[in-house]
Amino acid sequence: MNQVRVLVGTRKGAFILSSDGKRQKWQVSGPLFAGWEMYHLKGSPADANRLYASQSSGWFGQVIQRSDDGGKTWQAPGGGVTTGPGGMPAGESNRFVYDVSPDKGKPLTTHQWYDGTQHPWEFKRVWHLEPSLTDPDTVYAGIEDAALFRSSDGGRSWQELPGLRGHSTGPNWHPGAGGMCLHTVLIDPTNPKRVFVAISAAGAFRSDDGGQTWKPINRGLKSQGIPDAEAEVGHCVHRIALHRSRPNVLFMQKHWDVMRSDDAGDTWREVSGNLPTDFGFPIDVHAHEPETVYVVPITSDSYHYPPDGRLRVYRSRTGGNEWEALTKGLPQKDCYVNVLRDAMAVDTLDQCGVYFGTTGGQVYVSADGGDSWSAIVHDLPPVLSVEVQTL
Amino acid sequence: MIRVELPTHLKTLAGVASEVALQLPAEGPVTTRTVLDALEARYPVLRGTMRDHDTYRRRPFVRFYACARDLSLDSPDTPLPEAVQSGVEPFLVVGAMAGG
Repeated sequence: MNQVRVLVGTRKGAFILSSDGKRQKWQVSGPLFAGWEMYHLKGSPADANRLYASQSSGWFGQVIQRSDDGGKTWQAPGGGVTTGPGGMPAGESNRFVYDVSPDKGKPLTTHQWYDGTQHPWEFKRVWHLEPSLTDPDTVYAGIEDAALFRSSDGGRSWQELPGLRGHSTGPNWHPGAGGMCLHTVLIDPTNPKRVFVAISAAGAFRSDDGGQTWKPINRGLKSQGIPDAEAEVGHCVHRIALHRSRPNVLFMQKHWDVMRSDDAGDTWREVSGNLPTDFGFPIDVHAHEPETVYVVPITSDSYHYPPDGRLRVYRSRTGGNEWEALTKGLPQKDCYVNVLRDAMAVDTLDQCGVYFGTTGGQVYVSADGGDSWSAIVHDLPPVLSVEVQTL
Repeated sequence: MIRVELPTHLKTLAGVASEVALQLPAEGPVTTRTVLDALEARYPVLRGTMRDHDTYRRRPFVRFYACARDLSLDSPDTPLPEAVQSGVEPFLVVGAMAGG
């Protein structure tokens, strides 16, 4: 493995950044799907040429795109042009319908709205695509309003896993500022039946039966701004991450607080330690050091920019609590960008690379585990997501 | 032959460079519904982008115009103007003006 492919989703299209293992010289291709909001792109761990992308628009809704050649060409699965007068079977790659069937679905009730009233569930967009670790045709989609869908035919059709939205706490879930989104899906590499998801602002959930049933895993979280600070649900979890060698250890960036669980989410403890602020969005784990964790502290929920105008990634080599600022190559004055929750990733080269994108359109890379940084690109549209494939 | 003009993003999605020409069944009315049915049958990727998959309700930021008239609020089963039915004028799918 000596190449990396960075998949960048932005407010106005997608970009693919490619380099060899040195990660010094980059080729930039794009924009793909120009003008559309590209919330997330991700490659299949089972087939590096299989990519999925979430393409959406406030005007025209949701489209799922797929590439089978590493991003050179794309298609909406099931959405090809027909030539015959009778058309072809429905292309349903952009059809996300909550399962309300009486036999296996859940009634489409309501969830809590910003003002505390109840509000109907409404599909808005796909925030996150998580391909199966073993089957290129199977992929999960985390959507807004929060629910989990799965496709087992390469994105052509999608079915809800309704046990999650139908959890008895569903009516208590409410949107965060960005909407009520299911933004994180983690598959346990040692047990494909175990799946973790996170929802803003409901919290984290775990399934141990392949997504049929779910339990909230929020014990230990404390959130001001909700009636019961230690409630079972209602926490604004921004992101969770795990190391593939140790999937029972989870790290979480919550609205405020950086948290850690050593028991697959059953209990959490705060590990914010000496961070200058424990508000932020992304969190990720070094590819080869399970106790090395990265966050990007942001001033507050009102001030979505770094403290003191200085963009700093913080690294803990001790699984939390003790954090060091990583600043070399990052702007240390007059910087007021944000780093969104899906906009950080790590590669698996021997010298682990760390990547993140900003709302100012920069994508930064560190080829030395965070010690030093450089901008691959400076001037993209606001970056929504960053994923990396090690080829 | 019915002529349909799509907004830029839907042209890109459908892979067409200009106006789309649709042949509707000889019998039966030419309405917004039948035009969209034919359009979506030919370009399945457009399903869900102009109207809901199941309810067929028009998406809020999508409008339908023809012959200098806004047809968006008309019943989808209202016959389209004769000039559209005869191909003299196109049926326009328009993304609502927004965004500054």
